[in-house]
Amino acid sequence: MNWISLKMLTGNQGKYLGIILGIAFATLLIAQQTSIFCGLMLQTSGQIRDIQGADIWVMDKNVQFVDDVKPLSDGDLYTVRGVPGVAWAVPLYKGLTRSRLEDGNFQQTILLGLDDATLVGAPPDMMLGSVFDLRKPDAVIMDVEGYQLLWPNEEPRTGKRFEMNDKEAEIVGICRASRTFQTFPVVYTRYSQALQFVPPERKVLSFVLADVTKGSNVEEVCRRIEKQTGMRALTGKQFEWVTMEYFMRKTGIPFNFGITVALGFIVGTAIAAQTFYLFTIENIKQYGALKAMGAGNLTLLSMILLQALLVSFIGFGLGIGAAAWFGIVANAPGSRLAFYMPVEVFIGTALAVAAISVLSSMLSMHRVMVVEPAVVFQG
Amino acid sequence: MTAIANEKPLISCRQVAKVYGSGNAEVHALRGVDLDVYAGELTMLVGPSGCGKTTLLSVLAGILKPTSGTVNALGTDLTSLTSWQRTAFRRDNVGFVFQQFNLLPALTAAENAAVPLVIKGQSKRKAVAAAIALLEKMGMGERVNNLPGKLSGGQQQRVAIARALVHHPHLLVCDEPTSALDAKTGHTIMELLRSIAVEGDRAVIIVTHDSRIFEFADNMARMDDGRIVSQERYSNSGSPTNVEKVIVQQHA
Repeated sequence: MNWISLKMLTGNQGKYLGIILGIAFATLLIAQQTSIFCGLMLQTSGQIRDIQGADIWVMDKNVQFVDDVKPLSDGDLYTVRGVPGVAWAVPLYKGLTRSRLEDGNFQQTILLGLDDATLVGAPPDMMLGSVFDLRKPDAVIMDVEGYQLLWPNEEPRTGKRFEMNDKEAEIVGICRASRTFQTFPVVYTRYSQALQFVPPERKVLSFVLADVTKGSNVEEVCRRIEKQTGMRALTGKQFEWVTMEYFMRKTGIPFNFGITVALGFIVGTAIAAQTFYLFTIENIKQYGALKAMGAGNLTLLSMILLQALLVSFIGFGLGIGAAAWFGIVANAPGSRLAFYMPVEVFIGTALAVAAISVLSSMLSMHRVMVVEPAVVFQG
Repeated sequence: MTAIANEKPLISCRQVAKVYGSGNAEVHALRGVDLDVYAGELTMLVGPSGCGKTTLLSVLAGILKPTSGTVNALGTDLTSLTSWQRTAFRRDNVGFVFQQFNLLPALTAAENAAVPLVIKGQSKRKAVAAAIALLEKMGMGERVNNLPGKLSGGQQQRVAIARALVHHPHLLVCDEPTSALDAKTGHTIMELLRSIAVEGDRAVIIVTHDSRIFEFADNMARMDDGRIVSQERYSNSGSPTNVEKVIVQQHA
């Protein structure tokens, strides 16, 4: 009976396309909005991923996310170095400062000060120049998107100069960095140089980056640091989640996106269910005739389920394809849109579409279950 | 045709009643119907609208279960069967011809005619091949790949009849088979149904308002208000006007 079921479905092209488009629309909305949400969450922790080379981030115990800097004292760095299992530990400065351009305009800038000796945390993806040029006086490396924000009509180049805290800085390199949540330019420099680009403060150490000795367990060393220093020690991955969870908990972002996703689910279900039900009602005499001829309820239910599966499969394919296409556009160079579709979003959307499919077909199934075969004798 | 007959009826119903609804909304569609239907005969159920013809047809075909009374068809007491068993009974023994044909619009003539075999579990290829062979016998050989929308009313009804016969049922039930057809086509269809009854030794039951086709009946039950008010059985080769009326039941 499967081929009869599929021919019945595809024979009514208007309804067939209507159901597919309903499901495709729901899929697109659910997958795209969830992926934008994931992209935004990823942006909040992008700077943690960009700082590579260290297993452990050590910070004040009250730090809630990566931009929530609570300065440490210089002595904390040495305390961390003294914890068993720590191979090395270096300072990291992270803060906001104001850049002053040649035309007198100001722009908030994220400033990262790397350990002078090792340059741990230097940008891994250089477009122009070298990270070792940071050793030059007043040298900074800027991310390309930040450069284009500050000088929109210029090709990125080294040698460009600007001021931070009345101190001149020279761009010696251009790098690619993760998009930041605040969309500010990201400037890398040496730790000692960074302190000259910000107003003087009593405590300036933002984080301690540390690595473990060979054979040590990172988690264990983290716990040991916390126990011995009273500070908070997290792996990079843990710090990313702490940051993302903060934004999920403390902002309305998940709720707003959740509303859109729920609307997508509801509207998609409504469109698909209504069209599918109308399709079934239109064919109710045919189903009645099949019942009269000896087709059992299970046979008819499997026919409807097959129809629902087919339209869901095609609708899901179209919707997820459209969402992926949006993702390609969103992640194109120069775009500031956030989009990240992990496999969890793909699977979650597929499950949501399966639920839409089941909900949509349930009405139709019920209608076919209760229809009396005698309906075919009603003129 | 040898209608007189004393042979055992293919279907026999006794004191069949069917009540819809309950309380004040009770509707008595059938009130103690007795009827015998014989193989090789064309039985017509006639009467005014709402007299219970279609309900009786549904009961005889195993679609509806009567509220009371007995229906014995092909040696099976239909009233004792479960819904699932009645479905199986219809699948194996009954062919249906509907007033509006009820062909699946997306299926070709051959595919439509093949549906009962597919329901019985045959593969599409075998079922369609059998359907094509039957349609060719019925003069529809050149139309087997046409969709119902491309067929005339008479051709659609032929496809519907082929669908009703393809699985070799013992009983053919037809609901107003000529009402959607012009007189000439209706006449042709009735000749076809009659030959199916006679040559195939099947029982054909027809519900109709169409007095133009009464002449084809071997056995005519007139109904009113849920009862059979008269039943006439002819030893006939054609029209009641030149037949021997063998049985007349008159009910008060």
